[in-house]
Formats: sequence, C-alpha cells, structure tokens
Amino acid sequence: MGSKYETVIGLEVHVQLATRTKIFCGCSTKFGADPNTQVCPVCLGLPGSLPVLNKRAFEYAIKVALALECDIQGTVKFDRKNYYYPDLPKNYQISQFDMPIAYNGRVVLTSGDGERAIGITRAHMEEDAGKLLHDQDPASSFIDLNRTGTPLLEIVSEPDMRSPSEAYEYLKILKQTIKYLDVSDCNMEEGSLRCDANISLRTKGSKALGSKVEIKNLNSFKAVRDALLYEQERQEDLLEEGGAVKQETRLWDENNAVTLSMRSKEEAQDYRYFPEPDLVPFEVGREVVERIRSELPELPSAKKSRFIECYGLDAGDAELLVSERPVACFFEAVLEECDDVRSVLNWIKGEVLKHLKEHQAGLDALKLTPSGLASIITMTASGKISGLAAKEVLKDHLVSGRLPSEIVKEKGLEQVSDTAELDAVAARVIEDNPKSAGDYRSGKKNALSFLIGQVMRETKGKANPKLAGEILSKKLSE
Amino acid sequence: MRKDKNKYSISIEDVSYAARLSRIELESDKMGKFREQLNDILVYIDQLNEVDTEGVAPTSHVLTSMRNVFREDEPGTSLPNEKALANAPAKSGNFFKVPKIIKES
Ligand SMILES: [Zn+2]
Repeated sequence: MGSKYETVIGLEVHVQLATRTKIFCGCSTKFGADPNTQVCPVCLGLPGSLPVLNKRAFEYAIKVALALECDIQGTVKFDRKNYYYPDLPKNYQISQFDMPIAYNGRVVLTSGDGERAIGITRAHMEEDAGKLLHDQDPASSFIDLNRTGTPLLEIVSEPDMRSPSEAYEYLKILKQTIKYLDVSDCNMEEGSLRCDANISLRTKGSKALGSKVEIKNLNSFKAVRDALLYEQERQEDLLEEGGAVKQETRLWDENNAVTLSMRSKEEAQDYRYFPEPDLVPFEVGREVVERIRSELPELPSAKKSRFIECYGLDAGDAELLVSERPVACFFEAVLEECDDVRSVLNWIKGEVLKHLKEHQAGLDALKLTPSGLASIITMTASGKISGLAAKEVLKDHLVSGRLPSEIVKEKGLEQVSDTAELDAVAARVIEDNPKSAGDYRSGKKNALSFLIGQVMRETKGKANPKLAGEILSKKLSE
Repeated sequence: MRKDKNKYSISIEDVSYAARLSRIELESDKMGKFREQLNDILVYIDQLNEVDTEGVAPTSHVLTSMRNVFREDEPGTSLPNEKALANAPAKSGNFFKVPKIIKES
C-alpha cells in the first residue's frame, strides 16, 4: 500500500451456533440430511405457527459475546427483517434490530508491533435462510429449507482494521476464540462461519470515511485476504486516476481472482424492521451472565501467556499449541505424566501435528492418549527404544490405541542395551572389518559410524546405537 | 378527532414504492385512491402523538408482563418430505422448485 491512502476495513461475520435443534423450532440442525426433511410448520413459515426461542442458542450467543468482551444487554428483543427471496419462506427473517444481545466488544491482534484492539460494534441473533441450488435444472432453482432456522450469531466489527492481513488475523482469532467455547464448528468451507467485508480508502490523516464497497461470496480465509488485497488495489487505482469509488456490493470471483459488481441491486435495501410480535422480549439477569461467564474456558490469548510463563515456551511455540484447544489440553495432559517440556513440545510439534495433518482429523478422532505419548517419550529417554522405533510406536498407537509398551514388545522394538551381548557383536564386527577398524585407529574418526551401522545390521536395528558406539571406540582404543 | 389531510402528504411515488416493496401490482388508476387511504391512516394514527409519553419506555410487545419464553434444545417432530412439499406450486424430487433466480454465467 502506497503512502498516500489508508485502508479501512470492517467485517461482518455470521457464525452458526451448534445447537441440536433450530433457533425457533424443534427441527434438527444436523448437516447432510435429505433435502426438506428437517422442516416443520414453524420453519416453513406456515400460517398459525409460532416461534419459541431455543434456550441453548441464547446462552451460546451470550457465551460468545462474553468471550469477545461485549456488554450483554439487560433487555433483548427480536425484530422482523422484511425482504423477498426464495430461500426465505416467511418473507421476513427473524433478527435483532435495535435491541441486540450485545454491544461493544473487542478482539486483540498481537502479530504486529504490540497489541491492537479491533472493536466489535454489536452481536445479534438471527435465523439462517435455506439453501438454493441453481445447477440442477436450466430453467429453475431448487430450494432445500433444512438450513432455514439454524441459529446464527452475527458479529459486526468496527471499521478498525487497516490492512487485509489485519482482517485475516481478526478472523483467525475470532474463529479460534469461538472454537474454544465449543459452540460452533466455525468451518468457512462448510458455511458454519461466513464473512462479508467492507472496505474503503481515505487519504492518510483524513477522518472521514471513503465510499465503502461490501464484498460478498468469501468462502475461505484466503478468499477474504485475496479479495481485500484486490479491492484495495482497485480502489487505489481508481482514486489515483482521479475517479471515485462507487458505494456498492461486489462479489468475489475466486476463479478469476477479481471482484465483480452486483449490478442487480440498484435501489438501497429497505428492510422495514419492526418488533417480532410472536416473541416476547427477553430479560438477561446479571446472575445468568455471571454464571455463563464463570463457565468460559481459558481463552487462547490467556493460555498463550500462561504457557510462555509456566513452561518457558517462546511465543511461536505457545501460539502453535494454543491454536486449537484440544492440542493445548493434550500438551498439558502429557506433562502431567512426563515433565520433559522440550520433548513433549517437540513430539507434538513434529510427529503429532504431522499425523493430524495426514489423517486430516482433529486430536479427538485419533486414539492417541496423553499417557501413550508420555510413555513413548519415557521409553526413548531411557534408551529402551530408539528414536526411530519411537516414531513407529506412535504411528501404531494413534490408530490402534494399544499401549506403547505392548506395541514395543509385540514388534520386538526394544533396543539391545545389554553390554555383554553388544560386546560380542562389536568384537565380531571389528574382526570382520579390519580396514575400517584400521582407519579408525589411524585417526579417521568417521569410520566409527560405518562400524556402528554394521552393529545395527547384525542386531537387525535393535542395538542401542549410542551404547554400540561407546563399546566400539573402547574396543578400538584397547 | 383532528383531521388534517395535509399533515401527511403521501406522494404517488411513495405509494408505488410501498407497493413495490410488498410485491403488489397496482394499476395506475388505483394510485390516487391508495394515496388518500394511506394518508388517512397516518393522520388517524397520529393521534397517538397527543399522548404524553415523557419517561415511558417504548413498548415492543402487547404482553407487557410476559418475558423469557424459551424452549429446551430438544428435537421435536419434523414433517415428512411429502407433507413439507404438499402445498408447493412446483416441486422436483425432494425440492421446492422456483423460476431461475440467477442468470446463467
Ligand atoms: Zn422446524
């Protein structure tokens, strides 16, 4: 970004709350059911049906808002947002207009110089719309209303971000925080987290905001960053050429890596909000807020600081461990049984994360146990198994769930650390390789690794290589 | 009752805008009639402004004493697909079917 302009970005994020049932009816929210089988008179908007708020959805929303340091409002109501679209069976969406559940929160970015707080204007609850399929038939669109009525929390940020990478980090921390609460999958590719971005440019030093462009159709974190980078450049070019940025909604075209104007919307939207007469207002008592606050887990930023302080980790390692709550919890669980922080860290950073990536799964999908990893580390440290064998044991353990000690026994991975046995093998190896033995004696120290290799071969890899080296060099210097 | 027809002057444009928002097709010779009726309604409702509401919180709901009506997050019964689609003007397989709403790219 050149020196002349400042970029101003705000994000609107929708998060699906992972309740069992919909926000206003008892239909299941489970993903992947046959189309239009998780619907009822309420979510189909049939006359005479009445919505009733899902208590868990309400509490999840409060939980997220608290984790984002918002002020929970004492009185909350729902409103109808009126518009026509085939994915919206009632022709209005139940949302919150002027009395949302929360205002005034923040997300703290840490990757730049020092901390930077990005404000959250408000968070409000609403119902999701259905799903439209356009590719099934040339002349018509198909509608699946299973998703209709899935609880959503919309989180609106202040226009506080100053670059696409800040927007990316905000989104990353937001997702991490909400995932810690276990109230949403936050999967952008599957649509349980959705993001629209507002971006404008202004001359540096100016207080007034430039005309903003809203970007939609952002289906991944990468898309958010790429679309914002593209739009930042497009707007800068326009302004540099003496043109003006038109206030409009643009769609991100992933394949061509450009934003395109949505020309269809000529007229500003007029949603004619009014209070939802079918839902009475909600009062949120202080004791409810405090109970939910007390249930909040330790959040990523606090955990990161504690890891740095308690375990002497550097910021990068701490960040890596806390990026997913199960990994952070696993790290501490292993440390309960094995106090070698360095080894535990290195095993998790290396092998464990590698396997998670390979299996494309979370820790919970694998059978790896904290005591399993602790025992592998202990066996390696004591020389019972080699580093190589340890990796093999882990690979077996995380799929089979068998005890590492059993795996070692069954696969015969135990190292030979018996001095008498290795002594005999070493003597034989020296005798069979007089040239290498001579080389070593005449000062070519690296001949020793060849001889250790021969010992390993003789013992089919079971010799403790460190011990074998010691015995060989002792024998060769006799 | 105060009847000041000039208090609100709903324009023909306002009427046609409201009709468009509600997806109602109005013939142009009906515009004048609706303009007058909408105007009357607003003048009538305007009487409420004569009440002193200083210090009274806005009422968003008629059941002023009722609060916090929740349901537990327990699954209820959904409709079978045939029933869900029973009243649909058009359907295909398990889906509701509507005229294509986006252009072919
Ligand atoms: Zn339903």
